[in-house]
Amino acid sequence: MPVFDEIVSLIKSACTAGDPVVDENASPKAIKIQALDLVKVCKALHANPLTYFDSLSCVTGIDNGTQAGTMEVVYNLYSIPFNTHLMLKVILPRDQAEVESVSSIWRTADWLEREVFDMYGIHFKNHPDLRRILMPADWEGYPLRKDYKHQEYYRNIKIAFEQPQ
Amino acid sequence: MKQTYQYKEGNLVQSEPNKLKAENLRSEEMIINLGPQHPSTHGVLRLEVLMDGEIVKEVVPHIGYLHRCFEKHAENLPYNQVIPFVDRLDYVAAMNNEHAYAMGVERMLGIEHQIPKRVEYVRVLVAELNRIASHFIAIGTYGMDIGAFTPFFWIMRDREHILRMLEWASGARLLYNYIWIGGLFYDIPVGFEERCREFIHYIRPKLSELERILIDNKIFIERTAGVGVLPLDLAINCGVTGPMLRASGLRFDLRRVDGYSVYPELDFEVPVGEGKMGKTGDCWDRTFVRYREIHESLRILEQCLDKLTGEHKRTREFDPQALVPKKIRPKAQDLYVRAEIPKGELGFFFRADGRNDVPFRCKCRSCSFVNLSVLPEISKGILVADLIAIIGSIDVVMGEVDR
Repeated sequence: MPVFDEIVSLIKSACTAGDPVVDENASPKAIKIQALDLVKVCKALHANPLTYFDSLSCVTGIDNGTQAGTMEVVYNLYSIPFNTHLMLKVILPRDQAEVESVSSIWRTADWLEREVFDMYGIHFKNHPDLRRILMPADWEGYPLRKDYKHQEYYRNIKIAFEQPQ
Repeated sequence: MKQTYQYKEGNLVQSEPNKLKAENLRSEEMIINLGPQHPSTHGVLRLEVLMDGEIVKEVVPHIGYLHRCFEKHAENLPYNQVIPFVDRLDYVAAMNNEHAYAMGVERMLGIEHQIPKRVEYVRVLVAELNRIASHFIAIGTYGMDIGAFTPFFWIMRDREHILRMLEWASGARLLYNYIWIGGLFYDIPVGFEERCREFIHYIRPKLSELERILIDNKIFIERTAGVGVLPLDLAINCGVTGPMLRASGLRFDLRRVDGYSVYPELDFEVPVGEGKMGKTGDCWDRTFVRYREIHESLRILEQCLDKLTGEHKRTREFDPQALVPKKIRPKAQDLYVRAEIPKGELGFFFRADGRNDVPFRCKCRSCSFVNLSVLPEISKGILVADLIAIIGSIDVVMGEVDR
């Protein structure tokens, strides 16, 4: 079973754009990495026999609001043989939210990343099929952004709820 | 003001355009649209199927018809008021959803280990009852998908007993709001334990009847054995969990692996698929794993009932709401919690900012959503009839897929 420090040093050796930062205030423990390093780090964690993170549990998008000006993508990795959890965080600028897709490593990421794209408008580069998944294809805006305002009409149907008289 | 609908030309354009384009088709190929209003798609699932005669070449699922903005609602409600919304995710196993959610918030508050044992046993009791009900639906509707009508009625009759019991405990048949953060809505009613034992006594012979009429039925085996084989490496890479993963041969059950709640104190087996009728990981294995899990859940129920009438007996002083916090404001943190619900791993990702009573972010990782994403991978080069058999064996609940 890999110790957390070993995982950190493994990630450190895979990073080129900047050092990883450990975030203790998360359960399971989180590591913040640069967006450019994401695929390299994930490949290393997936293939290395010491860590062997063979499944991706969850991909979460988070919008920190217009004031902070950042968005986050959180990856929850899990290793079935070692029973180890790991949280990877990538922080992106809000005006140009773009990150490499990890769906070439875990096929789970395909739909999970599509959902993040649908709700936050974060663009995943090299994703095989980046379309909206839950919302209609012609919906305007990204509903889970903190500054989201819904459109007034969708196909001539009023969206705002009005109490019937 | 009454809302009026005005017809306009553009209103009838598909809101979800096809991924496959008609001009790219080769001769003899055609696109068939399956659903969203079709009984064999288990709700509002729409499949775009590229066919060559009777052979399926590609499947593109379109989802989102039942999207009810769970995550947006959760960001605007206090933690305890999210529970009724959590019920509506997997609406045939609402207790299991509540259990997972309540566990996550308790872990954030740090009161996870203070929950009284009786509360935990009642939680496991109702969750396992609901797991049986959910597997009943899965097996019954699956049989109906491929032409066995009788077992569906038998199983609905037996499921009714569970729903009546849960109604007795919580006041609702399907969407319970029974497991609260830090406790329970009420203690189980007087006489519940006896009725539950009666039910176990009643259901065991019915299950062997079910095995005879459906699981071991030659027609059923011919329709399902060796169909939709999901290899283990593909299953893990696609993030498949629950009975589907176990049918592919991995003994992986979060009740065992994580050992949350009182599951470490209980004795139960984790059934896996062995390829008895066809190949490991086929549709028959998935159904058989669910069937075996019902038996294991019954064993868990018996042990819970022993504890609830013995060691953790009902007392006059016992208050299941004693630990329910009046105000829920966790420290600033990120947390991922997961639990085994009948369909697989239900996960919640929380971010609390420490200043608000509402979650900053509450993401639901739903197992049906991830399990469904494996459908295009395992349905290439099969017949249409087998496609229906595969959809049923995945056991999707659209409420959870679309959230």
